[in-house]
Amino acid sequence: MSGLIDFYRAAMKQAILVQFQYRAANYFYMIGMISEPIIYLVVWSVVAAAQGGTVGGYDAGAFAAYYIVWTLVRNMNIVFTPYGWEQRIRTGELSAVLLRPLHPLHYDIAFFAGWKVVVILFWLPIAAVLAWLFRPTLAPTWLEIAVFAVAIWGAFLIRMMFLWLLGLISFWTTRVAAIYELFFAFELFLSGRIAPLALFPEWARTLADWLPFRWTFGFPIEALIGQLSVAGLIGGLAMQAFWILLGLGLVLLVWRRAVQRYTAVGG
Amino acid sequence: MNAATEPAILVHHLSKIYEVPERDPGLLAAVRSLFRRRVRAIPAVTDVSFTIQPGEVVGFLGPNGAGKTTTLKMLSGLLHPTAGDVRVFGYIPSRREPAFLRRITLVMGNRNQLQWDLPALDSFELLRAIYRLPPAAFRATRDELIDLLEVGHLVRKPVRNLSLGERMKMEIIGALLHRPQALFLDEPTLGLDVTMQRRIRAFVAEYNRRTGATVLLTSHYMADVEALCRRVIVIHHGQVLFDGPLHDLVDQFAAYRKLIVTLSESGSDLSRFGEVIAQDGLRYTLRIPKETAPAVTARLLAEAPVADVTVEEPPIDDVIEQVFAVGMSR
Repeated sequence: MSGLIDFYRAAMKQAILVQFQYRAANYFYMIGMISEPIIYLVVWSVVAAAQGGTVGGYDAGAFAAYYIVWTLVRNMNIVFTPYGWEQRIRTGELSAVLLRPLHPLHYDIAFFAGWKVVVILFWLPIAAVLAWLFRPTLAPTWLEIAVFAVAIWGAFLIRMMFLWLLGLISFWTTRVAAIYELFFAFELFLSGRIAPLALFPEWARTLADWLPFRWTFGFPIEALIGQLSVAGLIGGLAMQAFWILLGLGLVLLVWRRAVQRYTAVGG
Repeated sequence: MNAATEPAILVHHLSKIYEVPERDPGLLAAVRSLFRRRVRAIPAVTDVSFTIQPGEVVGFLGPNGAGKTTTLKMLSGLLHPTAGDVRVFGYIPSRREPAFLRRITLVMGNRNQLQWDLPALDSFELLRAIYRLPPAAFRATRDELIDLLEVGHLVRKPVRNLSLGERMKMEIIGALLHRPQALFLDEPTLGLDVTMQRRIRAFVAEYNRRTGATVLLTSHYMADVEALCRRVIVIHHGQVLFDGPLHDLVDQFAAYRKLIVTLSESGSDLSRFGEVIAQDGLRYTLRIPKETAPAVTARLLAEAPVADVTVEEPPIDDVIEQVFAVGMSR
């Protein structure tokens, strides 16, 4: 166990060093990502104003809080993409990965977790500027802050597992872009990315509760901006734990098959 | 079998057949292939057997597509054999057990285990954690390897700023930090200049001497093989054509010898002794069949005004070419 901790420490340190190498580029990238939530924020604020000030329980201040926290959660959602697997297989990088006496999932989790540490640091001034511009209504309790702090890492792990699973399809076929895009379309609508799930019809909310997407995106935001009861906060963390464990189980199972296939047919 | 005498590498009737999808050109064939997938079985390695003892340095030779890399991949667990058995230090490589992976390394031209944007030292540190190396032992090995390859001035530069040869040296250090007992080297000097090739050759020899590691090396540069390997295994079309000492390969397959003759005066016709393949003033190079070489040399000394004569074996590249020619005609 201490060996694994040492590995996570070393890999996260390496990721932080890499991110600092490209600090300016990373910062511009993060700033560029703000345009999406600002468009949503402006649209929903206009809709709320047209409907007498609120829509689905959100007023302008609540929307501002939602989409400012959104910017951090979106960055926490960035993990090793399925397209990366195609590159690993095509370039032979996978051979180096397979020769290491360590499951490559550890490396991807550790490397991206290290990256997130930098992202959180970079995000703080962006959030301050957005808060100054859009005046969010945000007064979280200590419990909500604590749940949010755990939930953003839970969101990261769920998405890591499911995008890893999607990426492993590359071991069977190289034409997987359509499958990825379908996944991302579902995710866009059922995660809370395009709009808070409270604005969706009842059936869509029920569906979102039983799929992993909400727990990677909407749940951490709702936890911090005070949309959830204590039961909702604890239940949400439990759902995250469930999806992480399910994802992990599937990853381990499919990875074994994928490697068997790779070693059978050649790279 | 006694552990001390147990071979490091045991390959027994090893085969690997790739199934490659294929179709005819054109739209109709493309549509047809959607419904009926046609695959062709391509044997990459066929019934290969050999044994390598601990500490041996063996050259693995063959033309492109002979099955060398496929065999190395099977030995390092990257490919599962279609048939036959492989054991490396008693492990079945395709199981990829961590204890096995800690004892081997595979150096390939395209292997990239270094972080492009960081100095190699940072990547070495990560490899220390991956292989769970004790810090003091890791530092000692790292510094020893840096010293052996003379790259102390390069390890603090970002890898992206290094030349191809410099990067290859860093890759080699990264591949050896865990002090593997078996080295599978696939074209380790490919694309490098002569000086760099020589340095890497000397390094591999020194690593083998210091650690007693077993080395299986493929290379298109016969200088690599001549400098490092007493034994060679020649493979062609997936089959072993020769397995034995390098000098036996030359004896067995070199069909001719080269006679370099310097005459003391001009006017002699040396073509009656053998094929004259070069002439530079009074210096002649003759090619003569191996079996008649002693008799022809004696006749030459008796009948021509010879100032100096040397008998040379043909270049190893020519011999290998001859081996492949024999293999193809089988």
